[in-house]
Amino acid sequence: MYAVRLWSVRHASGLSRFYRGFESVLLRLAPLWRVIGHQRLERPVATLERGVKGLLFDCKMCGRCVLSSTGLSCPMNCPKQLRNGPCGGVRANGHCEVKPEMRCVWIEAFAGAERIPGGLAAISVVQLPVDRRLEGTSAWLRQVREQSEPKP
Amino acid sequence: MKFDDEPVPGYPLPIRPGHTSPGRFERILRAGTFAITAELAPPDSADPEEVYRRARVFERYVDAINATDGSGANCHMSSLAVCALLTRIGHAPVMQISCRDRNRIAIQGDILGGAAMGVCNMLCLTGDGVQAGDHPQAKPVFDLDSLSLLNIARMLRDQQRFESGRKISAAPRVFLGAAENPLAPPSAHRALRLAKKVAAGAQFIQTQYVFDLVALRTFLRTIEDLGLLEQVFIVVGVGPIRSAKAGEWMRANVPGMFVPDAIIARLAGASDQAREGRNLCVDLIQELRTIKGVSGAHVMAYRQEESVAEIIERSGVLAGRQPWHPGSSQQQATDGNST
Repeated sequence: MYAVRLWSVRHASGLSRFYRGFESVLLRLAPLWRVIGHQRLERPVATLERGVKGLLFDCKMCGRCVLSSTGLSCPMNCPKQLRNGPCGGVRANGHCEVKPEMRCVWIEAFAGAERIPGGLAAISVVQLPVDRRLEGTSAWLRQVREQSEPKP
Repeated sequence: MKFDDEPVPGYPLPIRPGHTSPGRFERILRAGTFAITAELAPPDSADPEEVYRRARVFERYVDAINATDGSGANCHMSSLAVCALLTRIGHAPVMQISCRDRNRIAIQGDILGGAAMGVCNMLCLTGDGVQAGDHPQAKPVFDLDSLSLLNIARMLRDQQRFESGRKISAAPRVFLGAAENPLAPPSAHRALRLAKKVAAGAQFIQTQYVFDLVALRTFLRTIEDLGLLEQVFIVVGVGPIRSAKAGEWMRANVPGMFVPDAIIARLAGASDQAREGRNLCVDLIQELRTIKGVSGAHVMAYRQEESVAEIIERSGVLAGRQPWHPGSSQQQATDGNST
């Protein structure tokens, strides 16, 4: 929901702290996830993730979450799905060129990033193109898998 | 400015040390010469002569010609085809690549194809939304954004591989550019975005129209503080506005276009508004020439392309030099300068 999404960015500082805590719990439970099996977990976790992040960030389940690098403003809400910053068409009032009733996702992102320690450094990292096959899958589980398992 | 090894149409120039392309545009910028580029609007036609006619009005006045890629989300002849036609007669085109209409498979193919056709300069753009153009019913693609596009283009050139990792046998020798709109919000973070584009591979920047030079100077100071002026050439967008009414229409309807009230007032107060629009453009170019960090001017004179020569001539920024144009090679050969 648009209003909740804006609220989340305004509270980026607290939310990102909470999010980091949540992530470390997920990571610590990595052995448990492995026992249950990632494949078996995929559907329920993806459903939960869709519910939580959908409510807070209007998450589009791209599968490669960059919220921590975008001030908690989900870039997939940009009509051009820009993952590296605003286009040149942002209106003088800070609204979107394509959807004039919506604030530019990236104006929100910079505002959010300024509230998070290290946020501006994170937003400056070039994001590679998203793997479209991941759409609809859980970014949480992927994160856990990638961080807890050594790379082959 | 002339180099002793100017192109024979269809044949590449040698790549100089420290350069990434065999193109004239990169040479001009790296030589520290104030560069002039102009925007060519591809025709709604399959006739190559229309492309040549549109290019001819710029000859002797511009160093490179940008071919837009479905600008304003309107359908026209493709940028790739226009550029390929232009290289046939020796022009230095800037191929604009928008992420709106093609996915990464098509775009990477076009980069290789463009380079194979002799295109040395590529401008990586996001593209206007489809709602702005004549086909609002079309599917917006946006598989890549301008930065991931830059990154992929650089990967093709420097690592000789596709985004997939698959090797290519010959790299596209291209000079990579990106756009910036120094006046668009969030103005405090626009410089950071430019830094990101440089990190992704941008070697030159062509900006959106800039009518507010005070804001431009502020922007450039931030760029300088970030240490970017040595890493990227900034070519600033200018253009003649036909009338006060046209200016008002543009700022209301053209995405990313900011026209200050003072400019509208100056046009409204003139007896010949079109002429005043050109005067204004001449003034802007002359002032740009004096601003540190500005490497050239990009003239976008949509539907007034024939006025570009006059504007450049009156501005005096070429300082007596005559950019290469079709036919000047033969001239040079008879002068006995070629080696």
